[in-house]
Amino acid sequence: MSELQYKVLVGLEIHVHLSTKTKMFCGCALSFGEEANSRVCPVCLGMPGVLPVMNKQAFEYAVLAALALNCEIAKFTKWDRKGYYYPDLPKNYQISQYDLPLSRNGFIEIPLESGKTKRIGIIRAHLEEDAGKNLHATGNFSQVDLNRAGTPLLEIVTEPDMNSAAEVRALAEELQRMVRYLGVSEADMQKGHMRFEPNVNLVITKDSKEYKTPIAEIKNLNSFRALEKSIEYEIGRQLDRFLEIGEVMEMGNKSTRGWDDVKEATVLQREKEEAHDYRYFPEPDLVPVELTEEQLKDIKSRLCELPIKKQMRYVNEYKLSDYDAGVLTAERATGEFFDEAVKAGGEPKRVCNLLTQVGLKLANEKGCSVAELGIKPDGLAKLAMMVESGEISATAANTILGEMVKIGKSPQELAEQLNLIQKSDAGELEKIVEQVLAENHRAVDDVKSGGKRSKKAEGFLLGQVMQKTRGQANPKVVSEIISKKLS
Amino acid sequence: MDWQSAKELRDKIRTGETSSVEATEAVFERIANSEPAIGAYISTFEKSAIDKAREIDKRIANGEAVGELAGVPVAIKDNMCTTFGTTTCASKILKNFHAPYNATVVDKLIAADAVIVGKTNLDEFAMGSSTENSSLKQTVNPWDIKRVPGGSSGGSTAAVAAGLCCAALGSDTGGSIRQPASFCGVVGLKPTYGRVSRYGLVAYGSSLDQIGPITRTVGDCALMMNVITGHDEKDSTSVSESVVPACNYLEKLDEPISGLKIGIVPGLNTGSDSDVQKAISGAIEVYKKLGAEIIEVEMPHFDYAIAAYYVIATAEASSNLARYDGVHYGHRTKNPKDYIEVYTKSRAEGFGKEVKRRIMLGTYALSSGYYDAYYLKALKVRNLIRGDFTKAFERCQAILMPVSPTTAFKIGEKVDDPLKMYLSDIYTIAANLAGVPGISIPCGFDKNNLPVGLQILTPAFSEDKLLRISRMFEAQTDWHKKKPAIR
Ligand SMILES: [Zn+2]
Repeated sequence: MSELQYKVLVGLEIHVHLSTKTKMFCGCALSFGEEANSRVCPVCLGMPGVLPVMNKQAFEYAVLAALALNCEIAKFTKWDRKGYYYPDLPKNYQISQYDLPLSRNGFIEIPLESGKTKRIGIIRAHLEEDAGKNLHATGNFSQVDLNRAGTPLLEIVTEPDMNSAAEVRALAEELQRMVRYLGVSEADMQKGHMRFEPNVNLVITKDSKEYKTPIAEIKNLNSFRALEKSIEYEIGRQLDRFLEIGEVMEMGNKSTRGWDDVKEATVLQREKEEAHDYRYFPEPDLVPVELTEEQLKDIKSRLCELPIKKQMRYVNEYKLSDYDAGVLTAERATGEFFDEAVKAGGEPKRVCNLLTQVGLKLANEKGCSVAELGIKPDGLAKLAMMVESGEISATAANTILGEMVKIGKSPQELAEQLNLIQKSDAGELEKIVEQVLAENHRAVDDVKSGGKRSKKAEGFLLGQVMQKTRGQANPKVVSEIISKKLS
Repeated sequence: MDWQSAKELRDKIRTGETSSVEATEAVFERIANSEPAIGAYISTFEKSAIDKAREIDKRIANGEAVGELAGVPVAIKDNMCTTFGTTTCASKILKNFHAPYNATVVDKLIAADAVIVGKTNLDEFAMGSSTENSSLKQTVNPWDIKRVPGGSSGGSTAAVAAGLCCAALGSDTGGSIRQPASFCGVVGLKPTYGRVSRYGLVAYGSSLDQIGPITRTVGDCALMMNVITGHDEKDSTSVSESVVPACNYLEKLDEPISGLKIGIVPGLNTGSDSDVQKAISGAIEVYKKLGAEIIEVEMPHFDYAIAAYYVIATAEASSNLARYDGVHYGHRTKNPKDYIEVYTKSRAEGFGKEVKRRIMLGTYALSSGYYDAYYLKALKVRNLIRGDFTKAFERCQAILMPVSPTTAFKIGEKVDDPLKMYLSDIYTIAANLAGVPGISIPCGFDKNNLPVGLQILTPAFSEDKLLRISRMFEAQTDWHKKKPAIR
């Protein structure tokens, strides 16, 4: 027992809804929460005689995402029909891509807890149409809502490169952040914009022999929590099965499991992998897509710095903490606002503090992005510079930022108006210091004694000066004066 | 009202020599007399047709502009969707199907101010060569009511031949316009694949299907083509006007083709009846007299066309017909045990024998393990046949051959021998596989006074030339003026 070791292997299949205005092959608007079957037309209903017409925007979004996933982009790609019967599938075939997907062989960098990153291989990313939804609400019948049918889906398949539930979650979150950055998907989990299907198994080393457990595919997970929990559960279950009955991977004993959110357990759906015969063949109703160099260049120009790159840059170049860098890069607008403020001369750490301590809180309250708060990056940079030069205190800067959002004046104007400019006039401050020293003999003695209490006493004296100046004294200047007087 | 071409009738209606109401009433009078014997129509629209005719007459009387087919009574094969009446595809599964939209060609007919008389019978889902596979009714050949009209557009051709409309639309997947046109002694054109929008044509074999006109004269065929051709943004396989500009097929119809080179394929006719061979030889002589140079060309892969066709067409059909499942619309079985039975029983009850045969053939051809052996091989054959045409058309402008090895056969003669039935399309299928246009024009009669058709094939998108070559023959002969005794 003691020499048993195991390694977790997880590969993911991810479906991402693309946020185009209309569906993949017809003009129906994408919707969520509308009345059932109110966003449908003959094409997405699969009526006799209809023909699909490709949504160019969806194709471009897919290529953009594939580029961000470092994939090779196919210059020539075609559509295929994947045939299976299901009530939520109007034509009883799904238009997808089989042997010529629009992209393959990529990778995604994910952040690890250690602060390093890990590269996860992407086997392929291709486009397809989503099916509708079966509703089994009441009675001894089911209903079908086809509003979702025909929504453009990007299917991403990863290599089994993830070795823990935490890594899988990191990938899922990174992917969400990425597609939002690119503007290709809202990636809203609650609305089912992202769905995950992990393939999990273990490589167990026991008595210096290696065993593989059977792969379990967990279907249709639509929250990060379920994703992480289900994998953790699977690891435990597979380990138990191995220890109890020595179950190992054999031909065809791959199983399909579902996640029970209440029991917090995976549940067997199909014992043996069924030999699915989707009878793929080229979709004769759609012409193949040829991507020209020019189009590709145009799509490439829409790429932005990816969140993980940005985050690493903030840590390495600006020495921001991992946490701060993560907060700043959670949304594209925040990172870009931050970058511009830094470009305008703001010291990164100061700008970061202002944004994370005040800006984001206000944006949150208003339900908008930082960029929509009504402040300009160069205004924020000015504010940071004022703190840096000692013109105002850090606390005052937070107050001023709040006012900037509220009344939209420049930081200088507000600082003056609110009397928050720090006094740095040595002559004036010397008088106040002398007065404080005269009033606090004990503290003066403590400082002079140089003993244990000297630091604390020094702080006390500084505090007294700040109180007398109603916070407007520049603490740095005051400290210098106190040290000089008492040395 | 005596025999006249659609064009003549249109011109007379325009000048006021006759009226659309008069013409339409005459058509319905003939329908009242002959339709019980012929069985060409699945549905007719007497009231709306007369109303439309009245409206056209009024507009002409008021000097208002009217469309190219103003006032002309036309019929539509019942596999094209119409918002009026039903669209049955002669299948029990769609017996009560009311389409919520018009096929593009139907919209074009309406825009051209045609008077739509009714929807014509066909082999169920256009699968067949005799119209005996209709699940709704029997159509007979107006030249001999004991014989088939050909198929699958047998209803449309019988209607045109018997004067139950002035022109009609058919669809041609493997010869379904040309073969019945030949059997019924009328003109039938299968345009280049992509020349006419397929939107709203209930699909059989998507990569082969093409809508085309069935008329009494070549001129009428050109007139109908003027109305129905053109790019349709709802059909991405329809060719763009920038690639092949639309042309007026009537304008240059009577211009002779100087130095015409016509190809014939030696040995190809030997499988045909002697009367058919005689008629074709006669046609070749006519062209020789007209100054055409007859050369021999080779079609080395012609023999494989039928096999390739029945793999590709049935594979596509098995997928196209998957949507008729009793779940979304159409026939649904009573009291199914579970949802699997909704599928299986609805389809078992709704589809006819030939449709089931082809669905099974196609499903088999696409099954994993057989795809390469059948479907992929069939695609390769298709490419070889395309190559045959390309090579042949480097040496000649048109190829002449029979339409079918026989004239109209007796009802019931081939129903028990599907392979024999499939052979009646042996000369027409290659054009669908290659996508090139083909026409059938009357070129003689056999000993039983049954019409024989001449097939002319030209390169892709050269319908203007094809029609001119056809017109040259028509102008020299009287075959097209003969009419069946039935009245
Ligand atoms: Zn739609």
